[in-house]
Amino acid sequence: MKATSHFKNIAWNLRCSLIIAEKDAKIYYLKPPVLIFGLLFPLFLFLAFVLGREISFRMLVPGLLTMSLFFTSSSIGPIIYPWERNARTYERLISTPISLPFLLLGDALAGFCYGVFISLVPLILGVVLFKAAIIHPLVLTLAMILASFCFAFLGILLSSPVTETPSQIMMLSAMVRFPLIFISGVFLPLDKMPVWGKIIAPLSPLTYAADLIRYSFQGQSYYSLVLDFSLLGLFSLIFLISAIAFHAQSLKRGI
Amino acid sequence: MGKKCPKENVNIQKGSKTNHRNAPLSIAIRAVDLTKYYGKLRAVDHISFEVKRGEIFGFLGPNGAGKSTTIRMLTGILKPDGGEIYLSGINLKDDLIEARRVMGIVPETCNVYVDLSVWENLMLMGKLYGVPKTKRKVRARELLERFSLHQRKDEKARKLSKGLKQRLILAMCLIHNPDILFLDEPTSGLDVQSSRLIRGIIKELKQKGVTVFLTTHNIEEANLMCDRIAIINKGKLAAIDTPQRLKGVIQGSQSVEVAFDRSKPDELRWLKDIPCVSRVEKLGNKFRLYTDDPDKVICEIVKYRELKSQRLTLLNTLGPSLEDVFLELIREEAE
Repeated sequence: MKATSHFKNIAWNLRCSLIIAEKDAKIYYLKPPVLIFGLLFPLFLFLAFVLGREISFRMLVPGLLTMSLFFTSSSIGPIIYPWERNARTYERLISTPISLPFLLLGDALAGFCYGVFISLVPLILGVVLFKAAIIHPLVLTLAMILASFCFAFLGILLSSPVTETPSQIMMLSAMVRFPLIFISGVFLPLDKMPVWGKIIAPLSPLTYAADLIRYSFQGQSYYSLVLDFSLLGLFSLIFLISAIAFHAQSLKRGI
Repeated sequence: MGKKCPKENVNIQKGSKTNHRNAPLSIAIRAVDLTKYYGKLRAVDHISFEVKRGEIFGFLGPNGAGKSTTIRMLTGILKPDGGEIYLSGINLKDDLIEARRVMGIVPETCNVYVDLSVWENLMLMGKLYGVPKTKRKVRARELLERFSLHQRKDEKARKLSKGLKQRLILAMCLIHNPDILFLDEPTSGLDVQSSRLIRGIIKELKQKGVTVFLTTHNIEEANLMCDRIAIINKGKLAAIDTPQRLKGVIQGSQSVEVAFDRSKPDELRWLKDIPCVSRVEKLGNKFRLYTDDPDKVICEIVKYRELKSQRLTLLNTLGPSLEDVFLELIREEAE
């Protein structure tokens, strides 16, 4: 009886998560901060890296795809909470019959979908226009799904500090996200990175996503696939649990 | 399943509303020994009260008294540091989600989604409360009609005025036909038309058996609408009773309202000099004289009228207002 009730409760909350994700998609996907920090910044960063170098575009597709996945998936979370607090819709939402972890999950789902759909653009362009071959499509699919969730959870975690000003959170998220690009072997493969780079790269979840995506296209990975998937999963869990704890703490303090 | 309140009176009269689990309950809200700290500050200090089903219950207090903290605990937004809350017999600690399904909430600092249309805002809330699609649409149309928003249903909510937004907020919290409605300052800063509409709707809801928990700064509004009123000050309940009985708390605080057809420069000084008048307030073109002896004050006013060849346009005796009671209780607490 208790198990049935528990299952019903989870099913109800999951349903609410989907509704939250749908709401977020309608409201936030086209917000200027999302477009700027999620699409334009990484595009310019990519162009800054590519222009003037003699690297074939086909070789850059894994890096571009990883970066696109990272920036787009993690761009939704940081905007939602300060925006909703500022617009005075947050309190209304947290008083509806949905538990906090599932509310956060709904917001992460919105980031996940955004990341996956936007990242399909460089993927399709790379495959169709630049003849980039996907050697391991299953690994690529799983890596994209897991990495997108991981980065969406990171976005939710970055939105934990209580503020009503979206720009403050966007600044914080830029400070965290941009350095990760340079230490995670996104454009420069890990085996070609300097020693210091190889030491700090394992601290970034992006490293494992980049390694998996590179493996999908080039058939070679720096770490084993099991390690890449496991650590990406572990980072996802850490980000989600931390985000829940921080948001719950804010609520407890009455914010 | 939520634990049932141990002292619940389940012997309800015929025709009384039943909760969603078909358990008849006469008490809609029960707060027991509710306490909340912010750091070392005790914002709410061991308060207990009950709200009967179908009652409009006013919750008044000065700024910072603990009103919003209490309402946020009752709605499960804030977790109390001590005490228990039962809504329709459901203990919030045991089943918050279930408890939230039976209530509708209009928080004080609440807004609509301005990027969504009026209709989408209603649908969003309907979905979150699990109202089936067909029923949701029918109910939304009814509410739009009742709140005079039907002609603007496809407009983005950002185009609505404050009054219309507040109507939409109320409509959103009624989409699932809640048993209990929490309204935190529902008419604050609204135009007369919207305030009146919202008050009318609250009264209609009461007739349908909905319990309304209302906080307001408008004491006259509370006086006219509420069956019972609780006054909170410094986190403690200072009083809880019907408006009429609360007014009885202050003996001897009566007043006489008077207005003359022509204004004379010395009239305020003259009225203040009447021996048994403790205080005079000028309210527009009329004066309110606070006294223990209205009869004597009226005699003096009549003398003044004859002396100055004035005509009276208003003469009225008033008992203590709820505002007087409120101020008196707050003053007593401060002392």
